[in-house]
Amino acid sequence: MSKIGVFICHCGENISATVDVERVAREIGGMEGVAHAIDYKYMCSDPGQTFIKEAVKKYDLDGVVVGACSPRMHEPTFRRACAEAGLNPYLCEMANLREHCSWVHEKSEETTEKAIDLVKMLVEKVKKNKPLDSIKVPVTKRALVIGGGIAGIQASLDIANTGHKVILIERDPSIGGHMSQLSETFPTLDCSQCILTPRMVEVAQHPNIKLYTYAELESLEGFIGNFKAKIRLKAKSVNYATCTGCGACIQKCPVKKIPSEFNAGLGTRTAIYVPFPQAVPNKPVIDRVNCNYYKRGACKICEKTCQVGSIEWDKEDEIITEEVGAVVLATGFDVKGTDFFPEYGYGQYKDVLTGLQFERLASASGPTFGEIRRPSDGAIPKKIVFIACAGSRDPAKGIPYCSKICCMYTAKHAMLYQHKVHDGESTVFYMDIRAGGKNYEEFVRRAIEEDTVNYVRGRVARVYEKNGKLIVKGVDTLLGGEQVEIEADMVVLATAGVASCGSELLAQKLHVSYDPYHFFAEAHPKLKPVETNTAGIFLAGACQAPKDIPETVGMASGAAVKVAALFSNDELVREPVVAVVNRLAPPLYSTCVGCFMCETACPYNAIEHEEIKGRDGSLIRTIARVNQGLCQGCGTCVAFCRSKSIDIQGYTNEQVYAEVMSLLND
Amino acid sequence: MKIGFYPGCSLTGSSREYNESVVALAKALDIELVEIKDWNCCGATAAHVMNEELSLSLPARIMAMAEEQGLTEVVVPCAACYNRLKVTQHELEDENKRTRVIEILKQPYKGDLKIINVLQMLEAYGAENIKTRVTHPFAHKVACYYGCLLVRPHSILKFDRVEDPQSMDILIKGIGGTTLDWAFKTECCGAGFSVSRTDLVAKLSGNILKDAADRSAEAVIVACPLCQSNLDMRRGAINKTLENPIDIPVIYITQAIGLALGIGAKELGLKRHFVTVEL
Amino acid sequence: MEHKNKISDLQSHTGVEVMRCYQCGKCTAGCVLASDMNYPPSYLMRLLQTGTRQNMDKVLASNSIWLCLNCENCLGRCPMEIDIPKMMDYLRTQAISQNKLHPDSKPIIAFHRSFLDSVRNTGRLYEIGLVLSYKFRTFNFLQDLAIAPSMYLKGKLHLLPEMIKDRRSMKRIFAQTIENAKTLNK
Repeated sequence: MSKIGVFICHCGENISATVDVERVAREIGGMEGVAHAIDYKYMCSDPGQTFIKEAVKKYDLDGVVVGACSPRMHEPTFRRACAEAGLNPYLCEMANLREHCSWVHEKSEETTEKAIDLVKMLVEKVKKNKPLDSIKVPVTKRALVIGGGIAGIQASLDIANTGHKVILIERDPSIGGHMSQLSETFPTLDCSQCILTPRMVEVAQHPNIKLYTYAELESLEGFIGNFKAKIRLKAKSVNYATCTGCGACIQKCPVKKIPSEFNAGLGTRTAIYVPFPQAVPNKPVIDRVNCNYYKRGACKICEKTCQVGSIEWDKEDEIITEEVGAVVLATGFDVKGTDFFPEYGYGQYKDVLTGLQFERLASASGPTFGEIRRPSDGAIPKKIVFIACAGSRDPAKGIPYCSKICCMYTAKHAMLYQHKVHDGESTVFYMDIRAGGKNYEEFVRRAIEEDTVNYVRGRVARVYEKNGKLIVKGVDTLLGGEQVEIEADMVVLATAGVASCGSELLAQKLHVSYDPYHFFAEAHPKLKPVETNTAGIFLAGACQAPKDIPETVGMASGAAVKVAALFSNDELVREPVVAVVNRLAPPLYSTCVGCFMCETACPYNAIEHEEIKGRDGSLIRTIARVNQGLCQGCGTCVAFCRSKSIDIQGYTNEQVYAEVMSLLND
Repeated sequence: MKIGFYPGCSLTGSSREYNESVVALAKALDIELVEIKDWNCCGATAAHVMNEELSLSLPARIMAMAEEQGLTEVVVPCAACYNRLKVTQHELEDENKRTRVIEILKQPYKGDLKIINVLQMLEAYGAENIKTRVTHPFAHKVACYYGCLLVRPHSILKFDRVEDPQSMDILIKGIGGTTLDWAFKTECCGAGFSVSRTDLVAKLSGNILKDAADRSAEAVIVACPLCQSNLDMRRGAINKTLENPIDIPVIYITQAIGLALGIGAKELGLKRHFVTVEL
Repeated sequence: MEHKNKISDLQSHTGVEVMRCYQCGKCTAGCVLASDMNYPPSYLMRLLQTGTRQNMDKVLASNSIWLCLNCENCLGRCPMEIDIPKMMDYLRTQAISQNKLHPDSKPIIAFHRSFLDSVRNTGRLYEIGLVLSYKFRTFNFLQDLAIAPSMYLKGKLHLLPEMIKDRRSMKRIFAQTIENAKTLNK
């Protein structure tokens, strides 16, 4: 005979204002199998929990039902209380009388009757509950960080400094990301590379960090604490073990006119190349698409030049497998190109640039060594127009969101231009100025007040070329819509920030959610910004949404701490609500016939094959077995199984049936 | 190739040379044009400015007559008529509006006619095909002027691209011409203000011609009778506002192609222009 | 509440949500006649957004709605895809029905009326009839006199109108639409 304790919560007035809780307790108390039933104002409070613990001991209860809020709120609370009283926590269930009853109905007789039904269902279920133990899964204390920009670098360093191992993979030949392309950063106008490169070197030299550049994630299997990552190490064609980074091969390479990705298409590079002088690692790779040897078997000058024979022509891509316990996504963002804008020339005007291209012009390591020059004729522009919100906040172009950083970097660009070209005239066409960070507003005011940048509120309808100049047709909305036409030498578009190329595919590989713009989805927009809905995978930086460097670094450290928290246990405790295939004594062994419909159904690849062998080693039968580490308890296999051989612990067919019948047997 | 044909009021009146060149070119390319019986004026700007239902009923009648005649595709050389017919067809996808218009017309209307402009007809015939028939290469540097109504609103017309369209340029290149990259391809010429606000037409059309002249265009090629009229017939008024009068001729795309195919200037109506055409 | 009602009125008649406009000014920047208008398009949108009777009157009495050529440059570039040309058509019919007309509108309305008279009577455009009717409406007898002979000599002017056969359909269409007082505000 069961001895179940029932505890009905008033939840202040949340439940009791709509449901007659005393009546519920009274009627349930009269049920067969219920040894004790009370109602109380706040079951989750200390005194409330004490009631439960004392009742468990006093009445020797073998089951507890708490009629209160949603189990998502307090199931752990009440289960912990039971455990402390010596009752197996999985013998405790909650009936949701709040979200499922009092919060969605008006006060009435029927509402109370529904509440009674809900509790009755759970009581019948608990009668069939069996004690369960949590599943313990080992944790691999190694993290995989995907993306070697400032977010990935910061996260790797933070995790490595807690004493755990990190594998950092980056698909470009060097780490550094977009931050390495910037000339100066706002609001301090620090040289970007000067603050970044020490971190890059630290990553390369850190004993806990294994750095793979020119590498991409091939696949990720497993679950939190136990991931298996396959990483593709793209063939560099250069043996990094022997290469000294002397750079002689780069000097001699005859293919010199490949548009440089690092210089955003403004400069050129060779086929064997290091992306930029401060690259980490500072060793070249060969671009097989453009190299003469790979295209038509000619040249090989780099091999002849190399003093240590580091060129490896026949090297193939290599796939390695690493076991990790957590993954941090730090894949960053891209910016739209000038070809995205029909009204600004479809990308055909050489002197219409993106903000990133302007950064390369302003950068001392850029194609013009820090001088602002027109790509078309190399002249120094005397009049520049900066167009903010180019593509952002533009539903007609499919990008309704604000790209956050453009107001600030446009002010920065205008200031840098004024500092370099003293007699230059710069105009910024803007809609709003978003300068919310620390010292940001003062920075923009400096541009307007000290550096005489001309800010005009209005957007630009068109830019076209005439006689080597760019005619900009804008408007000043603050003057009632007065048209403003400027004959500029250069136009810089603050183009929209978008998700990094390949984000969608990566998210699908990792089973991570993403939004319509392919930015990765955080688990909760306010309270869980660095976690995803996939346990064990965390987010850092602009891959989640456009953001500036301070926020990126903060977020990266946040993700690192989550990883460290995960690694602070040797074992991960998992809920035992998983599927189990029944086992019987020989000669039956199991009612499972080995049809493996469950394997077809399982979305998590959690079904394994188990061979039942006789004493002589011969195979009797192959049946299904559930990997309790992978199983998520979804129950799809239970629905598929034709012989009812598989069931979910804690939600067995018997338990669910008991709940349903309790309602029907009225 | 057989196709329905809606000339519209301009082609039978003040832009007669456009009609002549379309008919002559169609004959040379073996395209049979079947004129819609008893067609009426599409209402142009006047109708949609003054009354919405009128602006929908007039084009609807034209399309209803075409459907009655068994036509499935109609070419509309006048850009304004093309625009009105396409927009009306789109608006009448709304059931309430369609019911109301059918009630007014007292005529059935299905709305499944395919309406194309003269550039689309030439594209369908194939720029390559035209190239093979060229006997007098049109070796001139020209500015192709599209005007507003051929490419906007893009969501309804879905023709070419809104900024810097290329369909006319491709046709001109196909007959041996060079096209300019210039800034006023789709800026309005002054449209229906030809009579009521000739001063504004002079200003807007003047800007267009000035840019073409600055870039050394030998001619401006158009595909809209209103644009042609504003740029050509109103040249006197335009030149009064300019420092240096401009004498660049303005001809239709069909006339340009016609010349390349060896059709005579008179047959193409080139003698009817105000600004002398010597190409 | 007046504000909310006015705006939902605009929306129900034209389908245009004026509140979407965030005053970026791209329409005005690209409008070929903005400098001749009392209120360029973005400013006009702001006046409509306030939803007050006073500002609506300003809009209706302005010359902006009459100078607008419906060239659609604005809609083509508007990031919020606000159908300004459609709004202009609606405002024009409102201005006529409420008789709040800017003096600049007179020749323009006269031209449209003369145009439509020709269509109603013949089914097509009879240019001479149109111009004569326009001159009588505007008392501008000398305009375009110089061009007429050249037009005729170039064969571009019909002396007699082209009449369609089914002129009854024209009368019917006009009677049920523009001549029907009930539908005037549509």
